[in-house]
Amino acid sequence: MNLIRMKGVNKQYKNGVTAIYDLDLTIEKGDFVFIIGSTGCGKSTLIKMLYREEKPTRGKIIVGGLDVAKLRNGKVYKLRRKLGVVFQDFKLLQKLTVYENVAFALEVLGLPKSEIHEKVLKVLDLVGLKNKAKHYPTELSGGEQQRVAIARAIVNGPKLLICDEPTGNLDETTSMEIMKVLEEINKLGTTIIMVTHDTNIVALMQKRVILLDSGRILKDYEKGTYVHEGV
Amino acid sequence: MKAFRILSRNIRDSFKSVFRNFALSLASISCITITLIVVSLAIILTYNVNNFASLVEKDVTIVAFLDVDITDEETDKVEEKIKELDNIDSYIFRSKQEITDEMMESSDIFDSIMSEWSDEENPLQATFQVKVVDIEKIGDVADEIKKIENVSIVKYGEGMVEQMVSVFDSIKNVSFVIVIALVLVTAFLISNTIKITIFSRRREIEIMRLVGASNINIKIPFILEGLFLGLIGSIIPVLSTIYGYSAIYKKFGGQVFTPIIQLIKPEPFMYFVSLALVEIGILVGMFGSWRAVKKHLKI
Repeated sequence: MNLIRMKGVNKQYKNGVTAIYDLDLTIEKGDFVFIIGSTGCGKSTLIKMLYREEKPTRGKIIVGGLDVAKLRNGKVYKLRRKLGVVFQDFKLLQKLTVYENVAFALEVLGLPKSEIHEKVLKVLDLVGLKNKAKHYPTELSGGEQQRVAIARAIVNGPKLLICDEPTGNLDETTSMEIMKVLEEINKLGTTIIMVTHDTNIVALMQKRVILLDSGRILKDYEKGTYVHEGV
Repeated sequence: MKAFRILSRNIRDSFKSVFRNFALSLASISCITITLIVVSLAIILTYNVNNFASLVEKDVTIVAFLDVDITDEETDKVEEKIKELDNIDSYIFRSKQEITDEMMESSDIFDSIMSEWSDEENPLQATFQVKVVDIEKIGDVADEIKKIENVSIVKYGEGMVEQMVSVFDSIKNVSFVIVIALVLVTAFLISNTIKITIFSRRREIEIMRLVGASNINIKIPFILEGLFLGLIGSIIPVLSTIYGYSAIYKKFGGQVFTPIIQLIKPEPFMYFVSLALVEIGILVGMFGSWRAVKKHLKI
């Protein structure tokens, strides 16, 4: 089953720059997909349209049954509840502990305390940070902070996890730890789309890889067929 | 239940936020406090003036003096004519004898002089005391009565009433303008406070949007913060209204200078004023924050 279907998607920014040209793409439920390409090739624009931070100028985008292109601003939250997003800069609240940061995502949705407690502990266990629940983000390493961000993104059990360069700020070893966590999450059934510059990781992981160039799909590698050839 | 949980979380957050930016909140709260004290004074003044004016208006009477040598038939004719006039509320006739008796009763000196008068010698004039329905047209009624035969003089509080009402009107208008100006300044200050709160919480707002909080949920804490600022700002004005007005009322014994100027009784008047103050505080607070949210919280 398709989780994401993009058809004839075009994105032109107000300043006249076209970031995406007539893009067709489908992503299956449970997939792990890398999106790679040089800077300015439209990777970020592509995933921003998936979580409706940007609106396509033309074309159709369906995410989990929702027509994202037609979604009004007031209804975007319905889409956001179906997916989680992780960024390069973690976006954690410094004044809250690890536990509180993760719980925050559920509190704003109005879940009861007992349910929040249960879910947060479970997800912290999954990312391997159960013992750091009471620490503040400043007391954690970069890799740990990113794991907190991942925990927050998936605590609500989304079908889709979008990662925008999650390893961009991390060294190789830490990056691989993060990849292990993501793979774990993927195994549990969550579809993962990850934008990255790091072709070493992509080569190691051997997942489906979409290579973008100037707003177009240059190559779509099936799972296990990607070879590090440089972009 | 879910909505209730979200709301209680929002209330908690807004309350925290008031104290997080305490210096700014304090500025807004002080501004509301000052505004509401002025509003309270304006309301108390206006209501008391209105109350007093209507008491005075009720008391304004036209006194028509009849000729000294008027006969009973002629008196009846005057009465008929007064009856026919428009805008008459009520009237009473007071004969020469009644007035004389009343004056004699009131002082021994009058008594000794007047008791010697015969009916013909009595220089006092019988009167009709007329009350009108519409006080603003009292002049017209007086003119009409003056035209009636055998009526020699007509008196009423010429000019005094009109002057008084116009002075009170200007007081009312001036306080109204001051109140509006203060309300605007306060709303602006609150708007500024909320703007800074929005700015300082932009990361939180960003995350709330990412994890799927609805727009209304994101906006409510800021509106509530404005509400709290208004509510806290109304505490001192409400207390000073309740205690201050009761104290003034007690001190003056319910009247200012003369028994004519009666103050409104503190209960339940001061509670109504307090309620109005709280409402105004809350509305101004919410209006200020709503403006800031609309302008600065782009979602």
